[in-house]
Amino acid sequence: MGQSNGKQVFAPWENPEEKPIIRFGGVTKRFGDFTAIDDLTLDIYAREFFALLGPSGCGKTTLMRMLAGFESPSAGTIELDGKDIAAVPPNKRAVNMMFQSYALFPHLSVYENIAFGLKRSSMPKADVDGRVGEMLRLTRLEAFARRKPHQISGGQRQRVALARSLAKAPKLLLLDEPMGALDKKLRQDTQFELMDIQEKTGTTFVIVTHDQEEAMTVASRVAVMDHGRIVQVATPDRIYEMPNSVYVADFIGDVNIIKGNAKRLDEAKTEVHWAEGQAPFLGTTNSEVQSGAACFFAIRPEKVAITMDRPKSAANAVSGKVLDIAYLGNISTYHVKLATGEIFKAQMANDRRIARRSFTWDDKVWLSWTDTAGVILAR
Amino acid sequence: MTGRFSWFNITALTLGFAFLYLPMLILIVYSFNESRLVTVWAGFSTKWYVSLMGNDAFLDAAWVTLKVAVMSSTLATVLGTMAAYVMVRSGRFLGRTLFSGMIYAPLVMPEVITGLSLLLFFIAIGLDRGVVTIVLAHTTFAMCYVSVVVSARLVSFDRQLEEAALDLGCTPFDAFKSVTLPIIAPAVIAGWLLAFTLSLDDLVIASFTSGPSSTTLPIKIFSAVRLGVSPEINALSTIMIAIVTLGVIVASLISKRAIVRQQEDEQKALQK
Amino acid sequence: MNLRRIFLILVPYLWLLALFLVPFGIVLKIALSDIALAIPPYAPTLDITAGWEGIKRFFAGLDFENFVFLTQDDLYWRAYLSSVVIATVSTIATLIVGYPIAYGMACAPRHWQPMLVMLIILPFWTSFLIRVYSWIGILSQEGYLNQLLLWSGLINEPLMIINTNWAVYIGIVYTYLPFMVLPIYATLEKLDGSLLEAAEDLGCSRSSAFWLVTVPLSRPGIIAGSFLVFIPALGEFVIPSLLGGSKTLMIGKVLWEEFFSNRDWPVASTVAIILLLILIIPIILFQRNEQKQREADQ
Repeated sequence: MGQSNGKQVFAPWENPEEKPIIRFGGVTKRFGDFTAIDDLTLDIYAREFFALLGPSGCGKTTLMRMLAGFESPSAGTIELDGKDIAAVPPNKRAVNMMFQSYALFPHLSVYENIAFGLKRSSMPKADVDGRVGEMLRLTRLEAFARRKPHQISGGQRQRVALARSLAKAPKLLLLDEPMGALDKKLRQDTQFELMDIQEKTGTTFVIVTHDQEEAMTVASRVAVMDHGRIVQVATPDRIYEMPNSVYVADFIGDVNIIKGNAKRLDEAKTEVHWAEGQAPFLGTTNSEVQSGAACFFAIRPEKVAITMDRPKSAANAVSGKVLDIAYLGNISTYHVKLATGEIFKAQMANDRRIARRSFTWDDKVWLSWTDTAGVILAR
Repeated sequence: MTGRFSWFNITALTLGFAFLYLPMLILIVYSFNESRLVTVWAGFSTKWYVSLMGNDAFLDAAWVTLKVAVMSSTLATVLGTMAAYVMVRSGRFLGRTLFSGMIYAPLVMPEVITGLSLLLFFIAIGLDRGVVTIVLAHTTFAMCYVSVVVSARLVSFDRQLEEAALDLGCTPFDAFKSVTLPIIAPAVIAGWLLAFTLSLDDLVIASFTSGPSSTTLPIKIFSAVRLGVSPEINALSTIMIAIVTLGVIVASLISKRAIVRQQEDEQKALQK
Repeated sequence: MNLRRIFLILVPYLWLLALFLVPFGIVLKIALSDIALAIPPYAPTLDITAGWEGIKRFFAGLDFENFVFLTQDDLYWRAYLSSVVIATVSTIATLIVGYPIAYGMACAPRHWQPMLVMLIILPFWTSFLIRVYSWIGILSQEGYLNQLLLWSGLINEPLMIINTNWAVYIGIVYTYLPFMVLPIYATLEKLDGSLLEAAEDLGCSRSSAFWLVTVPLSRPGIIAGSFLVFIPALGEFVIPSLLGGSKTLMIGKVLWEEFFSNRDWPVASTVAIILLLILIIPIILFQRNEQKQREADQ
């Protein structure tokens, strides 16, 4: 996914020698009685494309505004390149922001918008021209330089906002829901464009989004936030395959979650007893889960196979009745009701034509998966 | 709510606009009346305009009025814009309620009370009445109107624009000058025009705060009109109506052209 | 709190304190003083140089004598009463004249509406004094209206309109009409036409749909417009003194005469204070209405 750009794997967070460009140390932010950020510690490395992901009100925007300098922490320190930036006002920070509303100056042309920041830094006129031209080429806006923001399309406006915030070559670029105003198709194209630009300029990007797909697509690492805390920071594939909590598993993609009791068989395997008289689920041991403790068994629908007969060699198998079928084109999701009442989701690729689909409502089916497909979670 | 434009509506609008405009139309027509008897038509003449031009008292008063209006509306625009900024942006501060009360109170205060209180104040501090006192008085009540007009615009102003300017290296004053002010300029100009008109128009407050050497045009007109209708006043009124109408037409043409140009630009953008 | 912010707040704040609140305090103080044949023509005056004694003597000299005087002389309470009556009657008249105009504007084709709004606002930019003055020629005994009516044979002798309350009503309706039309138009313009279709679909006639749907939904505009006419009409001076003649009693006129003709500053100040006390009620009601509107809009 995001980090597979280049032959060498880009993973500075795994190198203890590497110095982070941004370091949040025990940062807390309160607005009156409300705690927006709660004792948060986080490192972000140079050239990263870092995503802050969470539902609205989780504190991700506050975190970003503290980086830009529009809010200051109530406690803790924020370091940029090893220096505390608490006292630096926004106009003196080597950090630029792309605003959610784009905040393009309506009275200035595209060219003047992009040149706006450069002109503040007493750059010679010729250099400003050169730099703006470079930015216009980068964002493919050369033809629109003389237009006013209201004379261009939404996607073009988004690129102007990006060009304007990149023009000063900031150490760090903050993107607040950069694709929130675009429709779905345009958003996908723009995501790849954004990754491309990030790679070309080598700037560190921090993106705030509530769209998990977007975060997974663009980011080298994703931080999942909830109520002012970071729940998990990891690469997109680890977030998806190895969530550390029910919250993360549930927030990213679709998941079946069954509550049960853990019984550790050995270092590798653990059983989860989830219902009286039912065979336990078999999964990989999670060191956080003590034997005998309550736990959750989480399994993604696409990892669950659905068959008419009981598969012979499956590590986990359970039977039920088809309750509902959601046809999504490329795949179908089957909602299967188990004898115990739980509803399980299983996904199947529609590689056959509709007429030959093998299951229908009220069919008795078997669900099965391997012993490595699910994860066992403590919380 | 359109599409039900009936005869009843047309009649109401016709009568309504006739009611609004006929009195002024009659005034204009009779300003060209030959006779001194205003209500009897005796043929076309421009002699009242000629005699008005020779009337130094009116010309002096007009000059004083114009001076006062330009000074007070400019001062009121600066103060009113500051006040609007404070109201919309400054959050909480000590005495905020009092401040907003003082902004809104002059809007509903009867002019006789405003005039009386200012006059008593000027006497108490020993300030001689003249152009200065009228300017102070007009600035005070006009700034409240300006601040209402400007703050209406500031409320709908996207604060992210200012943050973007700060983010791109502006100092707060820079951000105000190069981003906020150009965007709220139409409201500031409208505020200035409003303050200017209010000052030109004001009789009551000016009567209280003017001195013998600083009679404004409305005071002059009022004392002449008290004696009844006079053709010279008709001529003066016609000139004032003409100036205002011309001003409004020019202003609306300018803004219409701006809108048309914007639409053309958008058209061009769509063709690309 | 930085210096720039303090400066920004202080400049308009101090201006308003000095030129609005302090003058108002002076009015209050003089209202509690007594008339004196001196300069300034009232007593006591505050003598700061006498120190604490001076301040004590100053406060001891203040009393409510003028307020008592105002309640005893029936000229004043008749003037207040007549102001309230005139303002109320003219507000209702303005509503009756203004509503059909606002309704007609809202029903007019969309591309006409900006033009119509401008035509309503345009008189507001012309001098108030001239607009009032223009009615003297129309309403006077040998004025255009009487000429027209005599010529048409509707009347045999000229109507006495000028120098009566009728002329004041006409003057107020004429000059304050835009204040009534614009807020009502604003609410009617937002009205969803499909509501009326729904009402008719459910069995209303056109006129009952108007009374049951349009009028209740335009209520905020009616209330706002009524206050915008009533509040300034109550303290009006120019209209009663030009059109109303000597018989029309309005408190703005009384205050003016008390000050300029009788030179009784303490009584003029007291008249002002009581006028304000009367005005506070409609102003508070008006603000509450606006507040509700704002909340409803959000």
